[in-house]
Amino acid sequence: MEKKDKDKDKGYNRREFINNGVRLTLGLTVVGTGALALTRSTGKDYVWQIDPFKCTQCGRCATDCVKAESAVKCVHAYDLCGYCDLCGGYFKPGAKLETGAENQLCPTAAIQRKFIEEPFFEYIIDEELCIGCGKCVKGCAAFGNGSLQLQIRHDLCLDCNQCSIATVCPSDAISRIPANEPYIIKGDFIKNKEG
Amino acid sequence: MLKKIPNITTLIILFLLLTGNLLQAQQRFPKPEFETGYVQPSPTTPEPRSIALEYFDVFVLLAVLSLASWLAVRKRSRRGLLWLSIFSLIYFGFYRDGCICSIGAIQNVALSIFDPAYAISLAALLFFILPLLFALFFGRTFCAAACPLGAIQDLLVINPISIPSWIRKTLGFIPVIYLGLSVLFAATGSDFIICRYDPFVGIFRMDGPFLMIFLGITFLLLGMFFARPYCRVFCPYGVLLGWLSRFSKWHLSITPSECIKCKLCKDSCPFDAIEPPVSQEYRAPEVARKNLKRFILYVGLIPVLTLLGGWIGYKSHIYLSRVHPDVYLAELMITNPELKQDQENLDIQAFLESGDTFEQLVEEASLIRNKYKTGGWVLGGFIGLVLGITLMNQVVFRRREDYEPHKGDCFSCGRCMDYCPVDKVPQRKIKFKSYGPRE
Repeated sequence: MEKKDKDKDKGYNRREFINNGVRLTLGLTVVGTGALALTRSTGKDYVWQIDPFKCTQCGRCATDCVKAESAVKCVHAYDLCGYCDLCGGYFKPGAKLETGAENQLCPTAAIQRKFIEEPFFEYIIDEELCIGCGKCVKGCAAFGNGSLQLQIRHDLCLDCNQCSIATVCPSDAISRIPANEPYIIKGDFIKNKEG
Repeated sequence: MLKKIPNITTLIILFLLLTGNLLQAQQRFPKPEFETGYVQPSPTTPEPRSIALEYFDVFVLLAVLSLASWLAVRKRSRRGLLWLSIFSLIYFGFYRDGCICSIGAIQNVALSIFDPAYAISLAALLFFILPLLFALFFGRTFCAAACPLGAIQDLLVINPISIPSWIRKTLGFIPVIYLGLSVLFAATGSDFIICRYDPFVGIFRMDGPFLMIFLGITFLLLGMFFARPYCRVFCPYGVLLGWLSRFSKWHLSITPSECIKCKLCKDSCPFDAIEPPVSQEYRAPEVARKNLKRFILYVGLIPVLTLLGGWIGYKSHIYLSRVHPDVYLAELMITNPELKQDQENLDIQAFLESGDTFEQLVEEASLIRNKYKTGGWVLGGFIGLVLGITLMNQVVFRRREDYEPHKGDCFSCGRCMDYCPVDKVPQRKIKFKSYGPRE
């Protein structure tokens, strides 16, 4: 009886010893993997953003965001705007210069046109209405200065681990950028174009 | 169609700018000088969530894991674990929208190790590491109370049915394949499949594509009978947690003292994770000899399965590599050159506009495909190795005299502790009600 107990103890100790060894190995593996990743890690945080210089306004931003209403909106870089009367982002090509919806390029009439002084007009994006389709961006780039651009709005973006628009973006325009500079606004036109 | 030219002053400015700074000429229409005191608005830039809050998430995770481990191992409180899991569901699920999560962090770690251009954020790394370390010491307490995906399924366990062991073992192999594939796709920078097919994130956000919501509701409905289906049949992080938990230093125990082998706990576990005592029959010489033969056979099979798996993985690298968008595009353009004229194909049109040559694309695609050759070997070998070890484990018998949780499969949810009748003396009731002392 005593011998049996002793055997049991021995078996138990052996198993304990093996367990401890395996635990140590596994622990070191986990910590090692962590350390390997840590050498490549940064304390910085990343957010998704569209590079307006790569964007080709394919229209997928409006449809492929995980949110029913895309987190991508049109942003107006006013610094670049020519305040044109005939705005390529506002009017459909060849349309009458009247503000009726049938003349507007925007499918949701999200661009407000405001008279400033002869002959300048200000264009303001109503983000509540904007769906991020990029039609106006395309129009403005084709006929005007390209002051309209698409950006991921971080008050709306859920910051998914893998941005579902980035995976379908045909021009690789969406990438992770440091969270301390979360927007790429074209305002600094020359600097960004060169840099 | 000509633009209406603004006015003379702007023309002069345009002229001055053109002569002064040629770069400015890229702006077709210069910014006007307003005379009416118009103030130009500047574009709004709403800030993303601050980094301090990311670290707060890590802190919450650490606190939840510590509390869960204490509740499971020391306090033995199912109710505490339940409330803690509801908190995690609300915080990590509904408030944090299911992102950041430890399951998805596998991919970030894999990508950061294999892609020098990608740096993982420290918060994501800690989300990956902390639950693993806790599993190594306290078992899968992460699954019990910190994982929002586990919590939402656990709350809907209504009438769990018991699944035969061989079905569980077979289905339990799917997560290993899923883990291997997700690491391969993440390491090659192809896709984050864990996030893409996360079934519950759509429910957490109360918004999402149809497939996501549909998958989530299907899993929840299925989970009423097959408890925690995602955890048991898909979760790739659960594979890692299970391995580590098998060797955990401490683990939830069903009974506070001596097991009376009443079998109540086995019926209480919705996950079939409690193993009955092993009869001593396997120690009989003829059984032992038979088992030893099987054991040697299975051990011998491990290298065979590993190599065979690796070879199959290598053979399928062409199919696997198509997940990468560049490989897919290059292949598409080679097999269907007429698509270059197709104005409807956005991917091809965007590529043609980008200015890269077709040769560059093909070269990049073949580089990626080469990575998949190695990756296919590793993936297949890994799956074969795990299969071999799983087979081998079928004949390793351990002395087990009591009902014990399977440390690899147990989620530490604590239901069994409530069911165990041992030492359940209602002390308070004795004190305050006239039940009389129990001998």
